[in-house]
Amino acid sequence: MNTFPGHLDVEMIRADFPVLARTVRNGNPLVYLDSGATSQKPVQVLDAERSFYELHNSAAHRGTHLLGEEATDVYEGARAKVAAFIGADVGEVVFTKNATEAINLVAYAMSNATVTGGSSRFRVLPGDEILITEMEHHANLVPWQQLCERTGATLRWLSVTPDGRLELDDLDRMITGRTKLVAVTHQSNVTGTIPPVTDIARAAHEKGALVLADAAQSVPHQPVDVAALGADFLAFSGHKMLGPYGIGVLFGRADLLEAMPPLLTGGSMIEVVRMEGSTFLPPPQRFEPGVPAVAEAAGLGAAVDYLSGLGMSAVAAHEESLTAHALDALREINGVRILGPDTTKDRGGAVAFEVEGVHPHDVGQVLDELGVAVRTGHHCAWPLHRALGVQASTRATFYVYNTHAEVEALADGIRYAQRFFGARQ
Amino acid sequence: MQPESMYQQIILDHYRNPHHKGLREPFDTEVHHVNPVCGDEMTLRVTLKDVDGEPVVEDISYDALGCSISQASASVMSDLVIGRPVAEAMTISQAFLGLMQSKGEGSPDEGLLEDAVAFAGVSKYPARIKCALLGWMAWKDATAKALEVGR
Repeated sequence: MNTFPGHLDVEMIRADFPVLARTVRNGNPLVYLDSGATSQKPVQVLDAERSFYELHNSAAHRGTHLLGEEATDVYEGARAKVAAFIGADVGEVVFTKNATEAINLVAYAMSNATVTGGSSRFRVLPGDEILITEMEHHANLVPWQQLCERTGATLRWLSVTPDGRLELDDLDRMITGRTKLVAVTHQSNVTGTIPPVTDIARAAHEKGALVLADAAQSVPHQPVDVAALGADFLAFSGHKMLGPYGIGVLFGRADLLEAMPPLLTGGSMIEVVRMEGSTFLPPPQRFEPGVPAVAEAAGLGAAVDYLSGLGMSAVAAHEESLTAHALDALREINGVRILGPDTTKDRGGAVAFEVEGVHPHDVGQVLDELGVAVRTGHHCAWPLHRALGVQASTRATFYVYNTHAEVEALADGIRYAQRFFGARQ
Repeated sequence: MQPESMYQQIILDHYRNPHHKGLREPFDTEVHHVNPVCGDEMTLRVTLKDVDGEPVVEDISYDALGCSISQASASVMSDLVIGRPVAEAMTISQAFLGLMQSKGEGSPDEGLLEDAVAFAGVSKYPARIKCALLGWMAWKDATAKALEVGR
């Protein structure tokens, strides 16, 4: 797959992604710069799903027949791959629907622990605090707002600096003895900012708070080792890392998962069921009720293999080079303002910007006519946009299959949009 | 490259020089509508008057943050609706909604929709239909509320 370790052979990679060969509006080739929303999928991932259905389809963790055993092996094999990918133990990887569900799983575990008198680590009482940041995707914001509303706890947040970094000067003041959990993104889906999660986790742990990192935009794009990162929980989605929809991951430290009540209950997660009450299996099964998504797990396992084959350091280096190119190219266009850090230091490959005098929807529409697919709007990070003083933005995101020529196509398209709408250049 | 298929000259003209924009007093009702996909916002005020027992749109004023499609559509809407009996304006509104739901296949009634036929191309782009409807939906909402108050 990759003949030069540490360097991506992008042409070879692109050949693995059938969709990149198609044309879009006006017969233009597809320039896909929306991997932050969802990545494209290589044939290896599609084949893994298809071959599961063709050869092994059966319900995992049930049945005494051969196919059932094979399905279980596929499912648990995918778990082992994901665990190795992030440096976790196999039992610390819970399959969820996506990152959003993974975060909600923790938020509702805290709710449930509060109601049922569960572990004090998770009980949230009036006066307790949850600390988040203004930079969060709604998926790592709304569940904590809701938890606070249900429990009477107070939601606090770290603010964002004008250049799109987290305001950390008063971190020690913001994390108090009442802070139950700190939830922070590991890479902003808008500005690409990579906050110092390790430092934040250390400060939180000193005060006895739990730490959850939203890794939806980091695990697909950079090497992540949960031990080095120091977060207690990590949430990410398969579909943003070359894998299928419908499968995501919650990593949780073993001792914490052990103490956590389940979110969803039903089959597959129980130990003994009597009419008077039930007991539950240990993690991770406790958090995976119902027949599991084995084909999706097989696809995610193949995606992890694919990324591991490329090498995550090489993936990160490739994206850094594209991001540096994009920041340079956009800076050169009069009337374009980049949101967030304007260097690649502690910054990933999400580049959001505004074009003076042209609404993001209109920028996106004109780019689409040229075959360039970007995201427009607030990218599920409304408070962050407010903090940066913009109503909405246009966002380009990069991945393993993107090229420097595509960055140029983006810059050309922005200039075209400016001319078309008669904006100041 | 053919962005003109959506961005007809009429739309660009209204976008650059929107008609009836700005909030005015007095007014009967005010509504605030948001497009949750992009965060576009519109505050719109309606003033009705009674002419021979029939409600007529005396004025619409609005303030909005949004894309060219939503801005131009609100401008065209205000041109079409101000001065008309509410019942007639509702008919135009229904016709515009129908055009937006036509997936590019509609044959709009130019006599009824006037400049609003320029938005026919928008109906081919599902992501943008909400933009074109933002002003119309705000107007309908504000008018319904005004009729309720007047009753």
